[in-house]
Amino acid sequence: MVRYARVADSRMLNFLGKRVLQLIPTLFFVSVLIFLLQHLLPGDPALVMAGEERNPAVIAQIRAKYRLDQPIPVQYFYWVKGVASGDFGESLRIKVPVRDLIAEKLPVTMQLASMAILIAFLIGIPAGIISAVKKGTVWDYGANLFALWGISTPNFWLGIMLIFLFSIKLGWLPASGYVPLTENWRASLASTIMPAFVLGNAIAAILMRHTRSAMLQVLESDYVRTARAKGLSERVVILKHAMRNALTPIITLGALELGTLLSGAVLTEQIFSIPGFGKLIVDAVFNRDYAVVQGVVLVTATIYITLNLIADIAYILVNPRLRG
Amino acid sequence: MADAAFAIPAASSNGDFETPARRALRRLLARKGAVVGLLVIAAFIGLALLAPWVVPYDPVATSWTLVRKPPSALHWFGTDDLGRDVLARVVFGARASLLAGAISVTIALSIGVPFGLLAGYRGGFVDALISRITDAMLACPFLILAIALAAFLGPSLRDAMIAIGISTTPVFIRLTRGQTLSVKVEDYVEAARAIGNPPWRIALFHILPNILPALLVQATLSIAAAIIAEAALSFLGLGQQPPAPSWGSMLNSAQRFLTNAPWIAIWPGLAIFLVVLSFNLIGDGLRDALDPRQR
Repeated sequence: MVRYARVADSRMLNFLGKRVLQLIPTLFFVSVLIFLLQHLLPGDPALVMAGEERNPAVIAQIRAKYRLDQPIPVQYFYWVKGVASGDFGESLRIKVPVRDLIAEKLPVTMQLASMAILIAFLIGIPAGIISAVKKGTVWDYGANLFALWGISTPNFWLGIMLIFLFSIKLGWLPASGYVPLTENWRASLASTIMPAFVLGNAIAAILMRHTRSAMLQVLESDYVRTARAKGLSERVVILKHAMRNALTPIITLGALELGTLLSGAVLTEQIFSIPGFGKLIVDAVFNRDYAVVQGVVLVTATIYITLNLIADIAYILVNPRLRG
Repeated sequence: MADAAFAIPAASSNGDFETPARRALRRLLARKGAVVGLLVIAAFIGLALLAPWVVPYDPVATSWTLVRKPPSALHWFGTDDLGRDVLARVVFGARASLLAGAISVTIALSIGVPFGLLAGYRGGFVDALISRITDAMLACPFLILAIALAAFLGPSLRDAMIAIGISTTPVFIRLTRGQTLSVKVEDYVEAARAIGNPPWRIALFHILPNILPALLVQATLSIAAAIIAEAALSFLGLGQQPPAPSWGSMLNSAQRFLTNAPWIAIWPGLAIFLVVLSFNLIGDGLRDALDPRQR
């Protein structure tokens, strides 16, 4: 028994080791991709920084300071070296370290994203379970319509319509702006509930569909039939036997939807004037603030890759068959 | 070549012979959702093509006497902040959106499928290289990648379509690679190899036709995503440039007049919703219709 467990453990370690090693080339390509973006963006950063005067001496000085006069591989080397020690450079426009900007904006988006995920789970999972258990009924039909609506509504339009309804017509919620959670939690929730719903809505739809198909599969399985044959009540069969097995993959899926969230946050933050990650990148793109664009995309990609890894590990941990 | 996927005759339940393509079509048309989707898309394509004959107004003609007029008998959807007819702009805006959906996905397919086939069929170092680059692209959220690319290419509809196309490509590389891996061990591929077909021939004529159904479903769903992405880029000012009509840029200017003229915001959003919903319905219908497990 112990020996088997050890074999399984070493296999799992092997798998995890491989999975972590795979991250290295992926991260390398991500960094190359992001670094090249800078050189793909239009305009010359030195000219942007030099301002109106365009003094050649100043421009040359800026080029030398930011190594813009060096070959691209050399620039890449210095950039990666900096990033590895947590130095993402300096915003070309407002002369603030990119690290500080990210540290300031990331919590805002994280608050939005966590609220959105919570909303998505609260709507998506019950809707998926109900539609699977009551397959073919009005409930199932309604839940499927909701899911279709969720994946087809552009979130920026939904945001505008919610502002129209809840801010302009009813006057219940602020149309824009953000209050930090630490300052006033009520005002903070009021300023983020609409954007969080807009973000969570689409993910709720995806979660609902996956929950429904996972539940349908589980409900047809032998152990559910056995549980029913034992005479257990339908409630116990569904809540204890079926749900537990159906939901494990769904929870890992939730983690993976963070990529969708970060994409969605770009527009949602724009509409609700929330000073988060999404607004930071849009402003940076329009101001040709390369260092900020790179920093934001790199941090986003790293978060995404890390979550992917955690989801994979969690999936193996909860699914004993994959361990062996 | 497309027909090759479905060319093998199969017996249907009533004993007559029915080609898989015809069976897929029959099953697609048996789904109400998919039929509604097809009808809505056909209607929008018709509107986009016949736009100048459908609406009596010029979508870019401004009028200072007609600024922000609510819907009326003359202007069914009302007028916008520059006195332009909103209905005309929604109808002409369909051109940008449908074009963006079709062209971006075509770009993604034409890059993604060859690379996916190459990675899946060749394996080894080529596969590892293509897969890692795909992973890297997939690690950057779709819209953020598209925004960054659109910013580099410049703000225009053409460049937005290229940016969306490139950002959609990794999805097709990964799908094609995965499908190729599972198809290449099939007996008929082994047989094709055994009689001495060159690899390119096996990939194009034996593997590709058999992975077309999966690609078709993904392409339909990707068109929906591309249309939303185009609207998003135009909303941010990175797509179709004013005064040319596009649903995304209409929503952007509408937001400023939400208090006094909410109708400007309703119609372009509703149009995006209907088109995206229809493509999703068709995609779902196709998935069920092409799924061999659901005979």
